[in-house]
Amino acid sequence: MLDAPWIIPLLPLLAFAANGLAGRRNPPWTGWVSTLAILGSFVATVVLWIQSTGSDKDSSVLYTWVASGGFDIEIAFLTDALTVVMLLVVTGVSTLVSMYAVGYMDHDANKPRFFTWIPLFVFSMIMLVISDNLLQLFIFWEMVGLCSYLLIGYWYERDSANAAATKAFLVNRIGDFGFAIGIILAFHEFGTLRYREIFDGLGAADPRMVTAIACLLFIGAMGKSAQFPLHVWLPDAMEGPTPVSALIHAATMVTAGVYLVARLNPVYSAAPEALLLVAAVGTFTAFLAATIALTQTDIKRVLAYSTVSQLGLMFLAAGAGAYTVAIFHLATHAFFKALLFLGSGSVIHAMNDEQDMRQMGGLRSKLPVTYATFILGGLALAAIFPLAGFWSKDEILALTHLKATSDPGSSLSTDHGAGIFWVFYFTGLAVSVMTAFYTFRMIVKTFHGKPRNAELHAHAHESPRVMTLPLIVLAAGAVLAGAVLGIPPEHGIIHGYLKYAAGIVHLEGAGPPATLVLALISTVAAGGGLLLALGAYSRGMGIPALARRLLPGAETLFRQKWYMDHIGDGFGVAFTKATAMISWGFDAGVIDGIVNGVGHLSRFTAGQVRRLQTGQAQNYALLMVVGLVLTVGSLVLFR
Amino acid sequence: MNGTMTTGEAALDFPLLSLALWLPLLVGLPIIVLARSRNAIAIGALMASLAQAVLAIVITVTFDHQATGYQFVEEAPWIPALGISYKLGVDGVSILMVLLTGILGPLVVAAAWLTIHRREREFFAALITLQTAMLGVFVTLDFILFYVFWEMVLIPMYLMIGVWGHERRIYATIKFFLYTFAGSVLMLVAILAIRFTTGTFDIEAIPEEMAGASQILQRWVFVAFFLGFAIKVPMFPFHTWLPDAHVEAPTAGSMVLAGVLLKMGAYGFLRFLLPMAPDAVDEARGLVVALSLVAIVYGALVAMVQPDLKKLVAYSSVSHMGFVTLGIFTATQTGIDGALVQMLSHGVVSPALFFAVGVIYERAHTRRIDELGGLAPRMPIYATLFGFFMLASLGLPLLSGFVGEFLVLVGAFDYATGVGVLAALGVILAAAYMLWMYQRVALGRLRNQALATIPDVNRTEILTFVGLGVLVVWVGIFPDTFVRLLSATTAGLAG
Repeated sequence: MLDAPWIIPLLPLLAFAANGLAGRRNPPWTGWVSTLAILGSFVATVVLWIQSTGSDKDSSVLYTWVASGGFDIEIAFLTDALTVVMLLVVTGVSTLVSMYAVGYMDHDANKPRFFTWIPLFVFSMIMLVISDNLLQLFIFWEMVGLCSYLLIGYWYERDSANAAATKAFLVNRIGDFGFAIGIILAFHEFGTLRYREIFDGLGAADPRMVTAIACLLFIGAMGKSAQFPLHVWLPDAMEGPTPVSALIHAATMVTAGVYLVARLNPVYSAAPEALLLVAAVGTFTAFLAATIALTQTDIKRVLAYSTVSQLGLMFLAAGAGAYTVAIFHLATHAFFKALLFLGSGSVIHAMNDEQDMRQMGGLRSKLPVTYATFILGGLALAAIFPLAGFWSKDEILALTHLKATSDPGSSLSTDHGAGIFWVFYFTGLAVSVMTAFYTFRMIVKTFHGKPRNAELHAHAHESPRVMTLPLIVLAAGAVLAGAVLGIPPEHGIIHGYLKYAAGIVHLEGAGPPATLVLALISTVAAGGGLLLALGAYSRGMGIPALARRLLPGAETLFRQKWYMDHIGDGFGVAFTKATAMISWGFDAGVIDGIVNGVGHLSRFTAGQVRRLQTGQAQNYALLMVVGLVLTVGSLVLFR
Repeated sequence: MNGTMTTGEAALDFPLLSLALWLPLLVGLPIIVLARSRNAIAIGALMASLAQAVLAIVITVTFDHQATGYQFVEEAPWIPALGISYKLGVDGVSILMVLLTGILGPLVVAAAWLTIHRREREFFAALITLQTAMLGVFVTLDFILFYVFWEMVLIPMYLMIGVWGHERRIYATIKFFLYTFAGSVLMLVAILAIRFTTGTFDIEAIPEEMAGASQILQRWVFVAFFLGFAIKVPMFPFHTWLPDAHVEAPTAGSMVLAGVLLKMGAYGFLRFLLPMAPDAVDEARGLVVALSLVAIVYGALVAMVQPDLKKLVAYSSVSHMGFVTLGIFTATQTGIDGALVQMLSHGVVSPALFFAVGVIYERAHTRRIDELGGLAPRMPIYATLFGFFMLASLGLPLLSGFVGEFLVLVGAFDYATGVGVLAALGVILAAAYMLWMYQRVALGRLRNQALATIPDVNRTEILTFVGLGVLVVWVGIFPDTFVRLLSATTAGLAG
């Protein structure tokens, strides 16, 4: 099995083909074909993990994709420790989500389509993390984006779903624009796109070019992993079925950007400015998304902004040079965020597709399994000791703190002084408070108190076992993953194993005593946020109303998502369309006008063209364009 | 063919090229003329084009990718007094075009059988003549013979638009004819100028002979050739004949036009301009690269706001062909390889999109995007196939469009970073106009109640789509199958 890593992507690919051909006949087995194929991949990955030491091996080449004038690209498999960890997360969570979806999508008439795209996604994601070069990664990076597009727009008769799907694709394309440029520049600088050969070439490379490449590649990561300002697609992506949100938009695909930075860690370590950019963008995004999550009323949108925020923390870790910790948090987050999304799906399922928390409340007794597992997931997300999120998030803060306090001149310090990392550290603490607050606000509003919609509440029922079993397995992960993988802090199983990944340098911490103090501080922060939310929302202490009165501007800003969608639609979309209209007017009026003018003069065409060409059509088109530009322009300026 | 002979370079001692070239005309045309029923005519045309397709595949498979010169060369005197000969051959520049012309043939015949309902005999005769003429353009190595085929392409295409076209067909036909005819005349001037300088019409021999030509002559040759080919591609700002021609042409006509005819201009750049006026090309490189960038970005922007589906696809062609000319004029091997792969890819994807538009037009009798919408639940197979080619067009990896564009981008960055960045913008815009179009046409709610009972694609239509799709997937997943055929030739073309 060790010598046959190709079996891992092959199984989901076969399931994709089988379910795709099953098509409209809608046989009952498509969901199970998908689930069993992915389970097979998971088992193969476990075997690979057990048999491998995770240490550097030669990658195995499948075939030459293209060879053109020195631009030689192979499709190849690299199975080092980092890939194996990612494969375990991807195939493990995918198996559970696919199983859950068998129940969730049961009544959907088009479910073969759903179970066609899910294995295609898993295949693409596997090929992404198993790649040994940047171009293969990019190819499947776009393929997972395609699957995301197809699944966000799964209910394609809904205009909102279609708009969200197109938006997701386009925002990701903007990120990939930077990514593609970064890849090509990397090829020009290093003469290769294989990770290992790039790492070997770093010493001789132009440092400014390395920084540029690292920043450009990070733009791609910002798109895929929903970092400011390219995060705007992820909350809208909640239009897709909830299992998709859990799998693609929480646990796996959106973490690809974090994986990219971790995978290329020697490049980033050689480009301190780029690394600082990673940390800054991550920290800011974590903060921004957390503030928005405080005010959302749609249960899935709270989780979506929470995901954006947690991804920001992973980038903070990576930007601090703690790549191992970034992957650790990626793994624990995959468990508890998939759990929370699937739990919210169970609630939505029970509430007849209602997602608004203002219609919920009091579901605790109706959905006991969902409630119990959701609480565990919430505690893990809030990073309460000893659940999974505690271990990984605490390490992020501890290492950020370490960067802030390290002596100038030591190997850990950055060229830009430690001050900025103090900002990152305290922002991270604030995010911890807000995370715990919005998580328990969500739990209380959903499960506690009195039912706010009696009719929906009366019909609510616990989900079938095919859905609750994945919840229980994920809950076990959310409770245990951190402790199992991460004890003792910074020297746990995952840290030890990832040492063997290509290029990863393990960042040593400040030792247990300091860690203990920091752990206490972050626990107090998280606990405080949690208690605040419990007090405010279950006992009616009126904090939200108070906050609204004291900080009306902030509350509106958060609720309006910092007006990012307005800016994107207003400037981005409207500007592009206006430019397009002007171009069309120019084409019809000026260029074709000249052509037809020449035609006018020509006696060959005089008879025919003159009749058709009074000039009026062009004038109308031009007037239309001018009018439209003015209208759109005024809308943008004065809305 | 009597009087043909093969030289030692050919892999098979058999006039394969001549057979592929003349078979449609000499065998297909009599059948079409003599056949009595519509089906018999179509079957005759299908058989002839299928035979040509098989021969094109055989030529591609037996093509020796390591040899540098022309292969399958045939040479015989034609008009010895004027030094004109019948000389054929293929190399890395033409091999993919031979393959494309051959494979597209039967698929266009199928599309014509589905959509042409009057004067079928004449239409198929024109189509089959076109098949011979187009292949002739790509395989001749004598300048006069080349010019004959080049002009021979023009006439059937002119008839297809003028006779079987839509409402404004006369306007479009005249525009098409005048534009391309002007280009042809300029080209003829260049051919004659070269003849008087080098004393030969032999395309294989001319590059060496032209090496000693004066800078001034090179510039004149460049201007004449460039205009002729730029109109054909079409490059900005000579592109406005294309949307009109496409909108008015019948589906099968649009497919040939987008699939093969546009490639003739790009082929001309590679076959004649680069080797025969290299210094002038160097001088003009910046301008041509700039025009290509304008075509990429501007073509995409104009495509974005087209209300007519066919015009949208036509303007997308302007944008995608911009990548081809960009790749060629970066003068890097990767860029030229990319241009040739892009020519093959666009040569399949664009006809597929025009066919998709035709399928809808046959049923809904409209091409206006705002009169469509919500087709996916009613036509699931169609929506899937259309979506597939839409994704190929916007450059999704693992489909053909990505390969050519990415290689061109690699070449463009070699030329200048800014050029590469601007060209990459086109990739974002392509996604924008394609996805937005697809969203309004296939997805959402049904807006036009007349389409409530619209039938899904039938077997012949599916087969046509799948025939086109095979190449799209193959190029996307195994591009080296094709790129390896080019390297020996393109390495020599790169500056």
